Amino acid sequence: MTAQPSPALTLAARGLAVWRGDRCLCRDLAFELHGGQALHLQGPNGAGKTSLIRVLTGLGRCDAGEVLWQGEPLRRNSAGYRAALAYLGHNNGVKLGLSPRENLAAAGALMDTPASADIDKALAEVGLSESADLLCGALSMGQRRRTALARLQLSRAVLWFLDEPLASLDVAGAALVNRILKTHLAAGGMVVFATHQALELAPFPVLAVKLGTPA
Amino acid sequence: MNSAALVRRDLRLAYRRRGELATPVVFFIIVTALFPLALGSEPQLLRRLAPGVIWVAALLASLIGQDSLFKNDYEDGSLEQMLLSPAALEWLTLLRVLTHWLVTGLPLVILSLLMGLLLNYPLDSLDVLAGSLLLGTPVLSFLGAVGAALTVSLRRSGMLLPILVLPLTVPVLIFGAAAAERAMQGEPVAAPLYFLAAMLVLAVTLAPFAIAGGLRVSLES
Repeated sequence: MTAQPSPALTLAARGLAVWRGDRCLCRDLAFELHGGQALHLQGPNGAGKTSLIRVLTGLGRCDAGEVLWQGEPLRRNSAGYRAALAYLGHNNGVKLGLSPRENLAAAGALMDTPASADIDKALAEVGLSESADLLCGALSMGQRRRTALARLQLSRAVLWFLDEPLASLDVAGAALVNRILKTHLAAGGMVVFATHQALELAPFPVLAVKLGTPA
Repeated sequence: MNSAALVRRDLRLAYRRRGELATPVVFFIIVTALFPLALGSEPQLLRRLAPGVIWVAALLASLIGQDSLFKNDYEDGSLEQMLLSPAALEWLTLLRVLTHWLVTGLPLVILSLLMGLLLNYPLDSLDVLAGSLLLGTPVLSFLGAVGAALTVSLRRSGMLLPILVLPLTVPVLIFGAAAAERAMQGEPVAAPLYFLAAMLVLAVTLAPFAIAGGLRVSLES
């Protein structure tokens, strides 16, 4: 299997600088990511990986430079960009008062996607078929994370942002993340992720951005 | 985007934490019931004070639940998902505030009929009292939501929110209480009710933009 980056999709950063308080997290950062490629944000705790991911999604604010999607700056076409991206942050975005199934249905209502058969399939894929109708408040942290991963799969987004995707997952869960990401990349999708542990994504090209040590 | 499904989700969540949502309603009942105890049981005095007492109690009660309007979503990450969804954030916040009003504001409107009787408010004017609250409490919800959006990322916003929002609610209070007062005295009530209706129209059309802006700013860092 050889992975050819597809030039049809492009996420690029040009001269990106992010300051939080009086600390510079990155300066003059530039990269270009295409379909079928992954971008690994590296750096010690506090280096600003989360801040950078939030800037790339459009949630956070950058102090200089710009992020380009398909060659256009984000604010020019922010609704189109939001339709193309999916984000899994530190917090799962999973409602504890709802079951995994209800959570996915609600996420589907927000994204305008899936039918209930898709939801069943996504739940089975992350190994939550048996707890699909328990309240998420009664599930473990790892199971909540799996619910969020199922949401990721339901979305038709091509560009995934994952902030510490392996947090609170067991060994099988980590393998699951690897598998999901490879499937996504194989379908021509793009992934931007920040982890300390290594993700095994070969043969897909993984670019790396290293963030400095906190002052 | 499927708006009906989102409203259903919010209502389902509200039902599952109905104890928490009952707090403003119980607060409203208790505060209103305290006045006869403190002022004595002189019927004329109670009647004279009834519009003001009920309106102030409703105003304070409506603020109690506002803090949690976006707080839970902020803490569990759902708010980020809302901001990043392709749907217009303004529309999502409008739905959210209306759903919140349905479960916290509407009960106050209905209960005001009962509390009016408790305070010896004339029976044949109760419709105006409830009507003024029906127009006014959604405005309070929207104003509170603007404050809630601005303070959502602050750790202890509990007391900050009323301080931010209460001054803004003064016009609603003035016209709301005036309508109930005038009805009691047999004077025409169209003018204050129209003013309330105008404020409601402004709140529904403009507040969602302010709420969405507040949420974006709150999540920026």
